[in-house]
Amino acid sequence: MNIFKLSIKNIISKPLNSILSLALLILGIGIISLLLQLNSLIKTQMDNNLKGIDMVVGAKGSPLQLILSAVYHIDSPTGNISVEDAEEIKNNRMVGSSIDLLYGDNYKGYRIVGTEDKFLDLYNAKIKDGKKWNAPFEVVVGAKIYSKLNINLDDELVSSHGLRETGESHVNQSFKVVGLLEPSNSVVDQLIITSPQSIWDLHDEHDHDDEDHEEHHDDEDHEEHEHDHDDEDHDEHEHDHDDEDHDEHEHGDKEITAMLIKFKSPMNIIQFPRQINENTNLQAAVPSYEISRLFKLFGFGIETLTYLAYLIILVSGFSLFINLFNSMRERKYEMALIRTLGASRSQLSVMVIFESLILTISGFLLGLLVSRLGVMFVSSLMEESLNYSLSSLYILNEEFWLLGLSILIGLISSLIPAIQVYKMNISEILADE
Amino acid sequence: MIKTRDIKFDYNNQVFFQFPDIEIKTKENLLIIGNSGIGKTTLLHLLAGLLESKSGSIELFGKEISNLNSYQLDTFRGENIGIVFQRSHFVNSLTVKENLELAQFIANKKDNNRIDTILKSLGILDKSDKKTNQLSQGEKQRASIALAIVNSPKLILADEPTSSLDDENCDRVIKLLKKQASEFNAQLIVITHDNRLKKHFKKSIKL
Repeated sequence: MNIFKLSIKNIISKPLNSILSLALLILGIGIISLLLQLNSLIKTQMDNNLKGIDMVVGAKGSPLQLILSAVYHIDSPTGNISVEDAEEIKNNRMVGSSIDLLYGDNYKGYRIVGTEDKFLDLYNAKIKDGKKWNAPFEVVVGAKIYSKLNINLDDELVSSHGLRETGESHVNQSFKVVGLLEPSNSVVDQLIITSPQSIWDLHDEHDHDDEDHEEHHDDEDHEEHEHDHDDEDHDEHEHDHDDEDHDEHEHGDKEITAMLIKFKSPMNIIQFPRQINENTNLQAAVPSYEISRLFKLFGFGIETLTYLAYLIILVSGFSLFINLFNSMRERKYEMALIRTLGASRSQLSVMVIFESLILTISGFLLGLLVSRLGVMFVSSLMEESLNYSLSSLYILNEEFWLLGLSILIGLISSLIPAIQVYKMNISEILADE
Repeated sequence: MIKTRDIKFDYNNQVFFQFPDIEIKTKENLLIIGNSGIGKTTLLHLLAGLLESKSGSIELFGKEISNLNSYQLDTFRGENIGIVFQRSHFVNSLTVKENLELAQFIANKKDNNRIDTILKSLGILDKSDKKTNQLSQGEKQRASIALAIVNSPKLILADEPTSSLDDENCDRVIKLLKKQASEFNAQLIVITHDNRLKKHFKKSIKL
């Protein structure tokens, strides 16, 4: 037996006394920690996926939508752009490197992206099993997808049109899995990647299904079809396209959905996007700018909620103080007894402070636990709707600060009760019986 | 050896106590008898070092306790004095045994055998893992005696231990106290208004 154990026994023996203060503290700490975790996780996720992308070029529309669709793959694309227009931008002397992206299909809700080899390098994604895509309709599958859907090498995936699971299936064409990617903790984990040609072929092929059943497994034929049937192509793409896109379409160009660009010099980020937006019918958006704008929009809500949580913590401290104060009055004979057994004034004060700290520190720990459960919950929601997930196993620096705050609340709440106990007149209490 | 001289104490101008001198030798017990309001509890608290006397001297086992500071007094009390209160007090969140362990921790004298020995000698060994509020009145009194003697004090102070008991139980309790005191080599001072106790003590003082 010692003072610390005594404090614990005191708390456990009357759990109802402290449950309200504890619950408030858990709530307050939990909310703040959850906000911190989500903020940091989303920021890291967003930043991870932003590396090496200075600018995104796509069809006119909302710049945020363009970024969300082309960089994070969580929104619909703004439309398509013609390869010729894209070439023009690529040839600009300010452009260091560029990656084409084509999308518009999914496999069980996961997006199929037609792109170049460089795309994998951008995210440092490596092949775990198999090889890179090469021939049309060969795909490489991201880590989250194959582990979740249990996809293996050489499996055939039948894609659906559109970006949601509900789209119409391309019944006659399937993709062959030739490679599986290592987890890269980036957006690649939730993508199925193939060559641009596959996407072009897929949509050509699809148009001819009714007319031309024999041809679709013959790879060489696909090339021709692209040029032959442009008019029908138009119908097929209607879901995604703005009106202005249609004109380009009819001129027989190949199209891509968006283009990721890295500049030669960071200086170009100011001037070049504006040039594109003003002088062409393309749209250029700067991801870092759009994302910080998005965070500013969130920011107000997060801040309000944080203040509310601090208020809850403050109330929990006050409720803890009242608890301790009452409990010391209730236990004054006990205290006097402990003193007569030879305990010093300071030992009793330490007991009170321990009781308070044990409560606030367990409130802190349970709060962290609650926030982790919260992250898991939010993650499962995001997983369902966006195929995005978050996980957090580490403790943020700000959370150590919360530990400090919990200890401070514990000390302040117990200050007056501890002084009260220190100054207690045991003779008077014992004579009072 | 317990010796007091000229102890005076006042709570305020109206309530003023002057106590007769006490002197008892090793192995002697003492009964201090007096009516209500005459300062019995005050005297007990002075002897236990729970109150500081305004003047005079209190010498316990060769130590002048009015010279000790608050911390030294607490330590001295923990080591040398056990107190049995009129009403039993315990730390309610602890079991009987844990209460005794706490007393040992405070006096820095860990000894599990002694706890068992005492509980056995008081006949409540089977209650050692019970919370104190689950005990009957008689068991509570025994447990509070156990608490007073667990650290082998040289002096046991008992404040009205029998006032609320019938004759039979009064007899039993005082015998138990005397037995425990002699068994564990402690001196016993009982302060009471209960005249029934006179016959149990060779030496008594009237306040």
